[in-house]
Amino acid sequence: MHHKTHRPARRIEGKAASPGVARGPLLRLLAAKSERRERRSAAAEQQALAGALEASRLDLTALAEKVADEDAEAILAFQIALLEDENLAAPAFARIADGEVADRAWVGAIDAEIATYDQAEDSYFRARASDLRDLRDRVLRRLAGEVDQAVLPGVIVAAEDMPPSVFLATDWRDGGLVLHRGSPASHVAILARSRGVPMLVGVDIDHLESGTDAVLDGDAGALFVDPDPELKADYDRRLAEQTRLRLEAASFSGPVTTASGERVQLMINVTGLAELKEIDPANVDGIGLMRTEFLFHGRDKLPGEEEQYRIYGKMAEWAAGKPVTIRTLDAGGDKPIAGLTESGDLNPFLGVRGVRLSLRRLDVFRLQLRALARAAVAGNLKVMIPMVTVPEELERCRELFAEIVDELHGEGIDAKSPPLGMMVEVPAAALAIEDFNADFFSIGSNDLIQYVAAASRDEPQLAELARPSRAVFRLIGRVVEHAGRSGREASLCGDLAGEPAQVASLLDQGLRIFSVAPGALGPVRAAIARYSGKAE
Amino acid sequence: MNKLRASVLMRHEVGLHARPSVKLTKLAKAFESKIDLGLSPDGPWIDAKSIVKVMATKAPKDSTIYFRAEGKDAQAALEALVTLVDGDFQDAP
Repeated sequence: MHHKTHRPARRIEGKAASPGVARGPLLRLLAAKSERRERRSAAAEQQALAGALEASRLDLTALAEKVADEDAEAILAFQIALLEDENLAAPAFARIADGEVADRAWVGAIDAEIATYDQAEDSYFRARASDLRDLRDRVLRRLAGEVDQAVLPGVIVAAEDMPPSVFLATDWRDGGLVLHRGSPASHVAILARSRGVPMLVGVDIDHLESGTDAVLDGDAGALFVDPDPELKADYDRRLAEQTRLRLEAASFSGPVTTASGERVQLMINVTGLAELKEIDPANVDGIGLMRTEFLFHGRDKLPGEEEQYRIYGKMAEWAAGKPVTIRTLDAGGDKPIAGLTESGDLNPFLGVRGVRLSLRRLDVFRLQLRALARAAVAGNLKVMIPMVTVPEELERCRELFAEIVDELHGEGIDAKSPPLGMMVEVPAAALAIEDFNADFFSIGSNDLIQYVAAASRDEPQLAELARPSRAVFRLIGRVVEHAGRSGREASLCGDLAGEPAQVASLLDQGLRIFSVAPGALGPVRAAIARYSGKAE
Repeated sequence: MNKLRASVLMRHEVGLHARPSVKLTKLAKAFESKIDLGLSPDGPWIDAKSIVKVMATKAPKDSTIYFRAEGKDAQAALEALVTLVDGDFQDAP
């Protein structure tokens, strides 16, 4: 069928979103629209639509059985319920009876429905429009005769974009992901890094064909289509090395030390309980960053105090005495949350985000602090505040915590103030770090780098600027040194900590606590073990 | 003509949203009776078994939900639906 052996290898540039290498056949997930359907009789078209609806319902039902994630489950249950309701497609069948083609009739009918959600005053209802779009496209793919694209392990998926729920429902063993849209800061990218799935964004996927052999290089940010034998052999070696490191990562145990025998703490960054199932707490020094915004994202309602309390408590239970560092809601910037973050921020990265938002949304913030103060009783919980710029913000949080502990005690509920630290990601904070009364510091390198360089990490043309520069390392050194002098801990929890090539430079700056995505544990551990002291 | 009626205050935080609507319509479908839902005692009425229609009411928190049911198991249906809404759409114990 294909004469792929005669075609030269093609290198397609993209932006690295999650490191690692994957090799396998491409699977192109089609955004359904493309070619016009040929018109047939109304009866035939109605039958085609009915078939596509039923096939979609079966796809979703099968998917729902595989999903362990509570949020993903709810999203699928909603979509299934919509498909089971004949009112959903009734207008489409009527349009077909009036002479329209099945796909146009379906799009017309469901787009009208989507519009009513898009126009809803309530942001929760507005957010459901995306579920309907998802459903619309699934049925369209079925109408176009696409079998539902079950993703087998070991394939490289190429798609326009991917909602987090779809990512979570996919088996990514030995596979990789290539997206046209999205950014390295997107939720899917964070999930990919945490699960060790190599991923690129910003890739021109138009001419990619399913079944073609490909190599994804998530370190170099490139996709090779129809690789020649030499390239294949090269990447097979890297794959073997990657597999070895992952096995090592899965089997390592005992404390992490440098070649010179110095102890380094290696912690993990997580977004929820699901990731912890696969990690043995004996192999890490704790949770260095729990991103709570994921608890808030893509769901019907913000999580209440009880739900948060349960999750934080379970994390502490998992860690069995090791520290669990929970970052308060870091919404805004690139992580909008429906019903919470401000829309129309002209420059979201310089806008109302992190602690700036929390202090303006005390209703939400107080609930989170209550849950944290309660969970702190039972576990080794630490709380850190994102986007702190001036000491007053941290002080305000400290006061709030004290108030909330009193309030809980007044209600007869056990609570205590956990150690309160700050993320160091705003240059103003790094430069005047001595002024902050934080119990510990955690350097957020992703934001620090882009604020220091005044270059967005999502702008491909500026990739060379948005890199860890000497200026960034100086600031990191400053914070680490101040922490050491004042007897406090300083860790680094940005992506920088998870890049093996940067580990030595960070150790040179005196950093001794790394917090990385679980997928990076093995490589970082190996890089630390190779370090034999500062090169003079 | 035997239409039974019931009403209940919905306190669910985000109103009659996706998850609550899935539960409500599923429960309604478990009964043979014809069941309508409205946001006022005089309607307009929509089919409580249709998630498309139920979601379209976009009923916010603190709305009173009115049900009317007609059929053999109408009484049981109304009781079950009121219990569901009153219990904040929690799963049955």
